[in-house]
Amino acid sequence: MRTGAQALIEGLKQQGAEVVFGIPGGAVLAIYDELSHAEIKHILTRSEQGAAHAAAGYAKASGRVGVCLTSSGPGATNLVTGLANAYMDSIPLVAITGQVPRAMVGTDAFQEVDITGITQPITKHNYLVTNADDIPRIIAEAFYIAGTGRKGPVLVDIPSDVANSLCHKEAPAELDLPGYKPNYKGHPAQIRLAASALSKAQKPLIYAGGGVISAQASAELLALAEAGGIPVVTSLMGKGAIKEDNPLCLGMLGIHGLPAANWAAMHCDTLLVLGGRFSDRVMGDRCKFAPEATIIHIDIDPAEIAKNIAVRIPIVGDLREIVKEISAEAKLEPQKDWLVELEEAKDRNILVFGDRRRNDESGEELLDGGAIIDKLTELTEGKAIITTDVGQHQMTAARHYHPAGPGLFISSGGLGTMGFGLPAALGAQIACPEQTVICVTGDGSLQMTLNEMATIKSQKLPVKILLFNNKSLGLVRQLQHTYCDENYFAVDMVGNPNFLMLAMAYGFENLRIEDPGDIEPTLKKALNNGKPTLIDCSIPKDEMILPIVKKGQSLNEMSF
Amino acid sequence: MKQTLSVMVVNQTGVLARVAGLFSRRGFNIESLSVSTTEDKNISRMTIVVDGDEGTIEQVMKQLHKLIEVIKINNLTGTSYVDRGMALFKVAAGAAERAEVMQVVTIFRANIVDFCPNSLIIEATGSESKIAAIEEALRPFGIKEVVRTGEIAMARGIKAGSKKGGDAK
Repeated sequence: MRTGAQALIEGLKQQGAEVVFGIPGGAVLAIYDELSHAEIKHILTRSEQGAAHAAAGYAKASGRVGVCLTSSGPGATNLVTGLANAYMDSIPLVAITGQVPRAMVGTDAFQEVDITGITQPITKHNYLVTNADDIPRIIAEAFYIAGTGRKGPVLVDIPSDVANSLCHKEAPAELDLPGYKPNYKGHPAQIRLAASALSKAQKPLIYAGGGVISAQASAELLALAEAGGIPVVTSLMGKGAIKEDNPLCLGMLGIHGLPAANWAAMHCDTLLVLGGRFSDRVMGDRCKFAPEATIIHIDIDPAEIAKNIAVRIPIVGDLREIVKEISAEAKLEPQKDWLVELEEAKDRNILVFGDRRRNDESGEELLDGGAIIDKLTELTEGKAIITTDVGQHQMTAARHYHPAGPGLFISSGGLGTMGFGLPAALGAQIACPEQTVICVTGDGSLQMTLNEMATIKSQKLPVKILLFNNKSLGLVRQLQHTYCDENYFAVDMVGNPNFLMLAMAYGFENLRIEDPGDIEPTLKKALNNGKPTLIDCSIPKDEMILPIVKKGQSLNEMSF
Repeated sequence: MKQTLSVMVVNQTGVLARVAGLFSRRGFNIESLSVSTTEDKNISRMTIVVDGDEGTIEQVMKQLHKLIEVIKINNLTGTSYVDRGMALFKVAAGAAERAEVMQVVTIFRANIVDFCPNSLIIEATGSESKIAAIEEALRPFGIKEVVRTGEIAMARGIKAGSKKGGDAK
């Protein structure tokens, strides 16, 4: 016989959970009591939002289900942003929250909140456990639902008296979920259609989304691309699906994408979309997107098909198998004319990667964010795990960092969550202790969750923070420049701390990049010191992410 | 265009909230919704009448299907099915109008279920259009109150509508 709390910990172990990110509280005392002597590592974060993002970073870096654990009330509501972020980016998480005792549910008790009600729209599924006997089954279901099909977060809310009462049951040998049967096998007729469309294509293009990474289909993607000489563009979430130094890779498309990638999307005659969801950030004006293309859309989630754009050939199922089957079925031949056109189009990327040196009024050369990330790619050979926050630094990182494989570029895509980067770096470093983990962030984003520096220090993790400090909310400032006639309002980060002293206070090494000449030596120093390190980079306020696609424009119409 | 969906769900607390929440947050419009248990006590049936174009309905069905508790969805529109709703009308009919009201009641095969000196309650069952018609017929007498149920619907013939684990299409 065991208690609900014991059954929970047992369930976590059965599911292979090795790490739990969380913060204790009154409603999870029994669970923490059990956790204290379990063979599961607990990472005490500094806020529950940090716990959720750290679990997401862990999940993205390891390919496993991330777990976070918090108390009731504010502990649970602090998870909300992290869950919404994981839901948008299809990150597998199991979040366990404490709840007030059953008899007090609905009485507005101390630290009571209806977290299953609150998280309904931002979880793949959630549970309020009303009987300790259900715990083994629910934990098994939660991991299964989170980590299969289109992955996502699942929340399990456990009243404290349920954790304390006896659990008489084991997890069932087989789960009975009549309403949850993800479809993995692609429809053979659709696969034939797709193969035939690709075989006939004269200007084929692959758009790889985050689905390629979660389905672990990078090798299959590469095989297909190379067999047919088919160029590849990726979304932000798809970065790393293919090595960006591959001559077939044109980089990221979208409103902040690379000109060559956008050019290819607008001129291809056949677009094979692998695990992408046609977000507005990818398409620009959706009516003008890929006007000449027959679109083949492969996704694990049937609801993504025809949600944002009409497609000619939809296939629902597991990307990895389907891409293999298409490769086997299609008679592919590299289209030489198209590849020549693309080589020419690549010259357009010079707008982003070319000589961007700028000088200030006194003739001093200004520091350029892109140059820092270029150097970082060079020094790490793209093998470091980069996490980002959200803003200009994120787009600079997306444009200039070339990950050497999947899982090395971890960013907040769908929700665009400032404050994601640092806790995600913490989670990624826990998952991959041997790898270099670098959080590329801005001064606005970092200040949203910088308390996790303490967690990083406490775990003795050598996480690097590459801070693009322009003393402003740069991307908002850029939007105000473009859409509000340079009426800059509420974007100056007046009162920023001295980040180097802050780093010292948290026990981080601190370094500074002020001039272009500092980049290489400083990065080298940070990458080799084996310690948590903050690098404060003085980025000019006026640096903009250019070219971009403005509101209502097509990907063809990039503005400067 | 109005469409009638018959949705089989696992009979659990919170399912109704999930379904209703889905409609509001995705911007879909529910015309009516009714829920009840079925011959299998573990399964409930929701009959949802929803207004929207083809693309919207397709998204409604796909999004509904993503809910873990939704087992099967049948779009009955365009198929052969029976639909019924019920309404209660309180009509201000005194002795003078009573005979005429009773005539309307007979024509529509409705029932008088409450009789007071100055009012009657009339119970009517039928398809949406029949109920709309009786409401029109009663209006001249002065309708004081109306209460209507959501529509319930069932496909004609035997197609084992409520078996577990059916597919979405």
